Parts: sequence; structure tokens; C-alpha cells
Amino acid sequence: MNGALRGLVLLAALTLAACHGPQNILDPAGKQAQDIDVVWRTMLVVCGLMYLLVMAFLGSALWRARRKPSDDALPIQSRTAAEGVLDRTLTGWIGLIVTGLIVLVSVSFLVDRSLADVGPDPLRIKVTANQWWWDVEYQGQGPSERVLTANELRLPVGRPAVVELHANDVIHSFWVPNLSGKTDLIPGRVNFITLTPTRTGAFRGQCAEFCGLEHAKMAFDVQVTSPQEFEAWRRSQLARAADPTGPLEIQGKQIFNGKACAMCHRVQGTDAGAGIGPDLTHLKSRATIAAGTLPNTRGDLQAWVADPQGVKPGTTMPRVPLTASELNAVVAYLETLR
Amino acid sequence: MVASAWGGRMFVVLATACCLTACNRENRALDASPAETGPRAVTVSDLYPGAPAPTPSDPRAQEYEGNAQHIANGQRYYKWFNCSGCHFNGGGGIGPPLMDDKWRYGGSIEQIYASIVQGRPNGMPAFKDKIPEAQVWEIAAYVRSLSGNADKLAAPSRQDGIRAIPPINNMDRAPPTGDPTPSMVGPR
Repeated sequence: MNGALRGLVLLAALTLAACHGPQNILDPAGKQAQDIDVVWRTMLVVCGLMYLLVMAFLGSALWRARRKPSDDALPIQSRTAAEGVLDRTLTGWIGLIVTGLIVLVSVSFLVDRSLADVGPDPLRIKVTANQWWWDVEYQGQGPSERVLTANELRLPVGRPAVVELHANDVIHSFWVPNLSGKTDLIPGRVNFITLTPTRTGAFRGQCAEFCGLEHAKMAFDVQVTSPQEFEAWRRSQLARAADPTGPLEIQGKQIFNGKACAMCHRVQGTDAGAGIGPDLTHLKSRATIAAGTLPNTRGDLQAWVADPQGVKPGTTMPRVPLTASELNAVVAYLETLR
Repeated sequence: MVASAWGGRMFVVLATACCLTACNRENRALDASPAETGPRAVTVSDLYPGAPAPTPSDPRAQEYEGNAQHIANGQRYYKWFNCSGCHFNGGGGIGPPLMDDKWRYGGSIEQIYASIVQGRPNGMPAFKDKIPEAQVWEIAAYVRSLSGNADKLAAPSRQDGIRAIPPINNMDRAPPTGDPTPSMVGPR
């Protein structure tokens, strides 16, 4: 008994813990998520009420059925009276169902309208899903204002952002539970989703459509900041990569450009210009590496470069043969990409 | 009666065995990190004093050629590393075509692997150190499949690029032949 009680308390604590956090539909931090939250709450109330009513009627019917059949044999005149009661009850019941459905349809219609309304002066972002990472491009006024990053979305609070969704290989789904619903990214088709964050904070996005071996490790960070902080971040991202100064870092850059790294990755302002893997120009400004798989610390970066297949089996990043000192130099160079 | 029950059981066992054999088609060795050995001595032309020395076969050849996963990866790297920039989707353009039966520097997977790693005269760059060896083997397996030389069980039926010829698991095998005049002709 004591064990069962403890189990219940634990379950309740876990359930309540799920109501907060960086990846949670019940903790809306955006206009769209709030709209969807209204639908969810309305559905909970309407459907919950109907469920309770049906259960109550079922219970009372079962209770009454315990009487012997002979007790039900009513005289003819009182039978008409009983039918009158039944008629009124059924009419009321139908009225209740119709009202509930009208409420659900109206809320759904109004929220759909609200979701389709983008709002003034939206920020334009292009997100391309790949197995298993997110390519992010901020489309400014012309190519010189274009910000390239990966696995991270920075949004200014209060300003709508229209995210253009592409996919390169298979179908993925873009989902930041705190900000909005899911939208699929489909190869050969462009989808859109609008995000209007209403409070600052760090949230987590996740691929929501099974897309292969590492689907579970295909996440991204969302940082909602004040418009001033966002602008400062955008300016810093537009800068080219700083040239390394230390001997180890310079050696690391040479190895990076001379070996397989530069075949897939881009570091703006250097010879590495490939667009197949994530852009690394400002790698260290991001919170995580390998699409939300590891924190962005030196040790984790070293582990990831040394053996990507051990961290994320099946990832398209191959294990590049590097000696220990070469690995150290490459990671020292990556640490300079701020 | 007993005999027919036995027959049924044998059928189930055989069918299971067949299904399990088919699993190897896409066997994924995610943790494989083959030793970087570089290409072995390969012959790249038929011009030899005396008897031609045969190209020693590499034990990795069969593993890469007979595996759908490796061929599919090779197809992806073929595009990513811009092989298609010169060879297009196999039909050739700046570089020679890869889907015919003419091979200037040999058409075995070992020879294709060596050509990618070492580079070849008149424009083929050397990809040594630029592409890890396992990925070069995968590209070589895909290049060989372009002319119908892949294991038909492993070759993909669907192509990423535009193709003017049938799917490569449905092509007649084009056995590799040496180009009769390798150094006399320029670009096609």
C-alpha cells in the first residue's frame, strides 16, 4: 500500500514536472502556441464534460437495472408520462451535443484564422532539414546580409518570423512545442510556419517525423532574445571567421582545410566553402553540437570529431583519420570560431 | 502425412533462410573504420613488356561492391564531392563517361579506387586525404554500378540524378575493357 502510494506521488510529480521546461506544449511561449493551447483547453473541457455525463448516465442505468423486471411494469397512463420525460431528456441531450460541436468548430475556425495571420514585418528564415541536422539561413536584404548557421534559431521577442521549410533527403517535421505546432519539411516542396515568440528564453525544437537512424538526435536550440540582443547577434554572425593566431590553431586550420573537413563544411572567409555539412563560421556561438546531441564544450567537440559514429551511429559525418595531435589542433582551431 | 508436415517445415526453414540472406544486402557496418592503407599496386594500362601483371584484388572489394548501403552512400558522395561536376550523372562531359564499357585506367573496383585516390592526367584530381578511404570505396562501388557492373541484388533501382538509361539494377552488364588507345586520344 505504502509502495503504491509512493508510486502515485512519483507519477504525479513526473506529470507536473512535464508542465514546465524548454520542450513543452503546455507551456506556450509564442502567439501560435497560445492559440493552439486555447483549442486544447476547449477540447479538454467539452470532451471531458461529455465523458463525465455519459459515464454518469451509464452508471445510473446500471444502478437501475438491478431492480427486478416486474418492478418496471408501469400502468399505461404513467408510461406516457415516462415517454414525455424521455423525449425532453433526449432533446436536451441532442442540444448539448450540437452546442459542444458548435463550440469546437468555432474555436477551431477562429484559431486557424489566427494561425494564418502572419503579422507585420516578419523576419524571413529558411530552414533546410537534412539527415540529421538543420541548416538555417536568415535572408536579409541581399547576399551581404545573409546569415548562415545550423541547428540553432535565434528569434527576437514579439516579432513574427516566417520560417520557410525545405528538405534535402527525406520527410522531416519542424516542431518547437513551446512556440507552435508541427509542420512537415518535404523534399521538392516548400512549406511555411510562423513563429511569434511572446517571451524570452531558451527552447528546444525536435524533428517530429521519423527520418532514419538518428531521428531522435535531430534537435535544435531556439533562443528568444530582446530585439537589441538579436540585432547584436545578427551583426556578429555576419562577420567572417577571425584568423587564428596561436601556432596550434594555425596548424589546426591547415589540417581542417587540407583534410576531409573542408570537403563538407564551410568557414566563411577561408578556403573551406562547401555547403554539405553545417556552417562552422561561428560554431562556438552555439549551445550544442551535432544537432542538439552534445553540449558545445571542448571535450565534447573533441569526442565528436574523433568518432562521430560512436556518438551518433549512422550520421553522415565520417570518422576522419587524424592522429591525436592533429585532432587536438583541429579542435583548438574550432574553438577559435566564435 | 508425416512427409508433408516435414515438407512444410522445410519450406518454412528455407523461406526464413532466404529472408535472412537478403538482410545482408543492406548490412550497415556503422562502426567500421578500415585501416587507411592507400591503394595497392594497380595496373592502369595494358601496355606491358611481356605478360601483363594482374591487379591484385583487394579483400574490401567484394564487401563494398555487394552492399546496397555502400552503393547508395557512394551515390550521395558522388554528388556531394562534385564528381558530377565533370562526369555528370555518368554520361561524361568535361571528364570521360562512366556508364560505358571503356575504362582508361581500368574498370575493376580496385583500379577505380586508385584513380580517385591518386588522380589521373588531364584533370582528374587526387582525393587522397580529402576523402576518407571508406568513402572512396563507396564512391568506387557506385561508379562501377553505373555501367551495370554492380551486384544486381545490391544495385539501387532508383537514382537521385537524371538518367537516360534503365535503372542500374536492370542493366546488362558491361564487362570492363581497356581503352585500346589510352594516350593517343584527347578528351572525347
